[in-house]
Amino acid sequence: MSADAASAVPMTPKRRGAQLFMLAFAIGIIMAAYASVGLGMNGQVPAGMLTYGLGLGGLMLVAYLVLAKFAPWADPLILPLVTLVNGIGLVMIYRIENAPYENGASATQQITWTALGIVMFTVTLLVLRDHRVLQRFTYTAGALGVVLLLLPLLPFIGVELNGARIWINVGFSVQPGEFAKLALVVFFAGYLVAKRNVLALVGRRLLFIDLPRARDLGPVLVVWGISVGILVLQKDLGTSLLLFGGFISMLYIATGRTAWVLIGLLLFVGGAFVAGQIFSHVGDRFEVWLDPGNNEFYTRAAGGSYQLMEGLFGLGSGGILGTGLGQGHPYRIPLAFSDFIFPAVGEELGLTGLMALLMCYALIVERGLRTALAARDPFSKLLAGGLSFILAWQVFIIIGGVTNLIPLTGLVTPFMSQGGSALLANWILIALLVRMSDAARRPPPQAIQDEGLTQVMQR
Amino acid sequence: MNGTLKRVAVACMVMFGLLMVNVNYLQAVKAEEFREDNRNFRRFFERYENQRGRIIAGNEVLAESVDTDGEIRFERRYRNGRLYAHVLGFFAPESERGIEATENKLLDGTSADLIVRRAVDLITNKPTRGADIELTIDPRAQRAAYEALRRAGRKGAVVALDPKTGAIKAMVSLPTYDPNQLAVPNKGKVAQAYNKLDADPDQPLLNRAIETTYAPGSTFKVVTTAALLEEDDTVGPQTLVDAPQVLDLPGTTVGLPNYAGAACGSGRVTLQFALEKSCNTPFAKIGMELGYEKMKEQAARFGIGEPLQIPLNVAASSIGKKEDQAALAQASIGQRSVQMTPLQMAMVAAAVANDGTVMKPYLVDKVVSPDGDTLDETEPDELSEAMSSDAARKLRQMMVSVVSQGTATAAQIPGISVGGKTGTAETSDNAPPHAWFIGFAPAENPKVAVCVFVQSGAAGDRATGGATAAPVAREVMRAVLQR
Repeated sequence: MSADAASAVPMTPKRRGAQLFMLAFAIGIIMAAYASVGLGMNGQVPAGMLTYGLGLGGLMLVAYLVLAKFAPWADPLILPLVTLVNGIGLVMIYRIENAPYENGASATQQITWTALGIVMFTVTLLVLRDHRVLQRFTYTAGALGVVLLLLPLLPFIGVELNGARIWINVGFSVQPGEFAKLALVVFFAGYLVAKRNVLALVGRRLLFIDLPRARDLGPVLVVWGISVGILVLQKDLGTSLLLFGGFISMLYIATGRTAWVLIGLLLFVGGAFVAGQIFSHVGDRFEVWLDPGNNEFYTRAAGGSYQLMEGLFGLGSGGILGTGLGQGHPYRIPLAFSDFIFPAVGEELGLTGLMALLMCYALIVERGLRTALAARDPFSKLLAGGLSFILAWQVFIIIGGVTNLIPLTGLVTPFMSQGGSALLANWILIALLVRMSDAARRPPPQAIQDEGLTQVMQR
Repeated sequence: MNGTLKRVAVACMVMFGLLMVNVNYLQAVKAEEFREDNRNFRRFFERYENQRGRIIAGNEVLAESVDTDGEIRFERRYRNGRLYAHVLGFFAPESERGIEATENKLLDGTSADLIVRRAVDLITNKPTRGADIELTIDPRAQRAAYEALRRAGRKGAVVALDPKTGAIKAMVSLPTYDPNQLAVPNKGKVAQAYNKLDADPDQPLLNRAIETTYAPGSTFKVVTTAALLEEDDTVGPQTLVDAPQVLDLPGTTVGLPNYAGAACGSGRVTLQFALEKSCNTPFAKIGMELGYEKMKEQAARFGIGEPLQIPLNVAASSIGKKEDQAALAQASIGQRSVQMTPLQMAMVAAAVANDGTVMKPYLVDKVVSPDGDTLDETEPDELSEAMSSDAARKLRQMMVSVVSQGTATAAQIPGISVGGKTGTAETSDNAPPHAWFIGFAPAENPKVAVCVFVQSGAAGDRATGGATAAPVAREVMRAVLQR
């Protein structure tokens, strides 16, 4: 990079002030929403509002200070956006917990996990000063990912819950799949950076598509095999779809070969079709997707559309503006505090609230992809792109599922659903994005004086 | 890799775009359909979300919504439910009956009359409350009517009116039911309770005072007499009329006898005597002489023939289609195809009491907003002019003597001149008769007009208007007059 070019690049503004303001704004919205739940339900501001609000604010302030010190060039929007989404989830869980009957929602638990998530975010930023070291652990991460995926299948610690075997119990419940997701994206990024030139080689041309060489199909088939394994052994459609989609998208980013996407699609559709024939629960989901209002499906005890329809009824009752926090009946939707938190929000905050929420997710993804574009090395590009896409993909799968855009597959709604594993994993994901955005936006070292053609080295 | 990253970014944009379009479709376009879906329990909860207005009579709260602080926010409760069941109706999970139905929009606060109130509530963030309905019912009269009718027989109805305004002071129908069991917020339980009541052969859900008609028997002679007085203003209580023991019916071989085949005086008696003793033959003859058209016209002037809203729906009473003279003779004494609601017969008595003017009967006195402003107050309204005040005066005089020395002595109240007319209506050949009484008091300045109806078989085979129905009327009138 020549000195001329470097001096032509304007200094990227740090925008730390803007970030602090946005963070305060997000905390303000959350506290107002929290108060609104209490006012909507019994006309009183909840007693814990100030404690929780200030507690959350304090934690965010620590996270902000660590970020300002150790990742000063980080993207200013990511942290406030994630805080807002997490906070709205928290408020919704608090609201659902305050239902006429016990339903499994626990705001206290979620607040604790949120705090731990923010701590994880801070620790990741502190420990991981340069994300590129992750590249060195490519295969370790891959092995770790597979082991994490396999854990729930082990006897004694593996637990089957709501039909899916994705939990382990080690004193408390952990969903290792969420962490596996991170490890596998790191592995995919490292692996594809090394192999992308080979994988991009063209074998034969069929019609308009450059097919890869047959021998390069190996890795794709392995990941496909793992996905099918998850589907069959853990009955977890969501994670299966999430990982496979994530891998295919990263393969595409790395090689630029549309053929890989088509091959991936074919493999997945084939796999899903066969699974649909063999496993009734997969077929049921598809059937329900086509006609959720059908009373036969609605009343079907297993694999019916009751939960989905309850969510849609909630959305319908919410309408454009929603019933207002604390004034609807979102707790009647089964699992409203976890998989179905999105329709629950839709009932009380309406279309307006959901559009804002989707916009928040879209902006987080957009900031992540922007980081990937700005990153300077292929590993960072792939990792940032992969993490951003997998976040968007997860949001699409679960929200598309509960709104019947696509067949319903269970997944965590990032940052909103109740559950510690997903919160911790996703806060780490955000820490990685923040770390990479810091590296990407950090201006290259400026020459102290014009040293002519002296090359400035950048680590 | 930036090229592919940008394409992935576009893919992400498309995914979020699809989610947003879908959410818009669901919450803006399809929302109505989901909201209205029968399986959406939120519809059910919404019914109980706002505090429904109270229904009040006198100083008694008859119906109110109680805050349970539970999932079902406000539950409807009825005090003395069995006493007021047919007037109030009930607020069931999916429907309403009675005043709860006719005044539903006011009670639940969605009426256009309450639009300003709702707007204020929206701004001040206060929960919407419905308006209170104040009924014209006098709780003392209602209770007296209920107790007295229960003593008289298992089935029947009582209606008491203020003859000067048309305000309904009491409306009881027996057998009754407990509206509370139909107002529990549980569709299954309500359906079960309703089906049980609906299948009961005694028809407890039926409001006998207004929803169905019965042969009025001799009480209808008041209408026949009114027609005669209107036709010829020289006729008075002392005018002599033919009163044979058996009246030949033209075109038939059978004759029309008096009650129990008795003679009526000497065969030629005063009109007053004929009414006192409730002879059949003079009135049958009068009816035949007047002709169907005149009888029909007089009936119409009492309001007979038209359905009413009080605001409950009142079935139309009728004197039947035009037939031969024999049929007209029977109709003139309240038999054959003459069919009356007890309310209509109370209106006949009220018209006589009110100088011939029929006031439109009504149940809702006032509509009061949640913060105590009167939103609407019913103005008494004339329904029709049944007869001249002169004719009414003569008829009043005769009806007073029916009570003082005729068939209705059981309706006497010490110190008050009561006017009335009994009726014992044959229903079919071997069935026991209906027992009727219509009347008013005090005769010189009527405050109450009443109709008592005890259904066939409810008070034994020997039921008569004078012995069975008149004492009930006496209790109701005493309660209204506070004597």
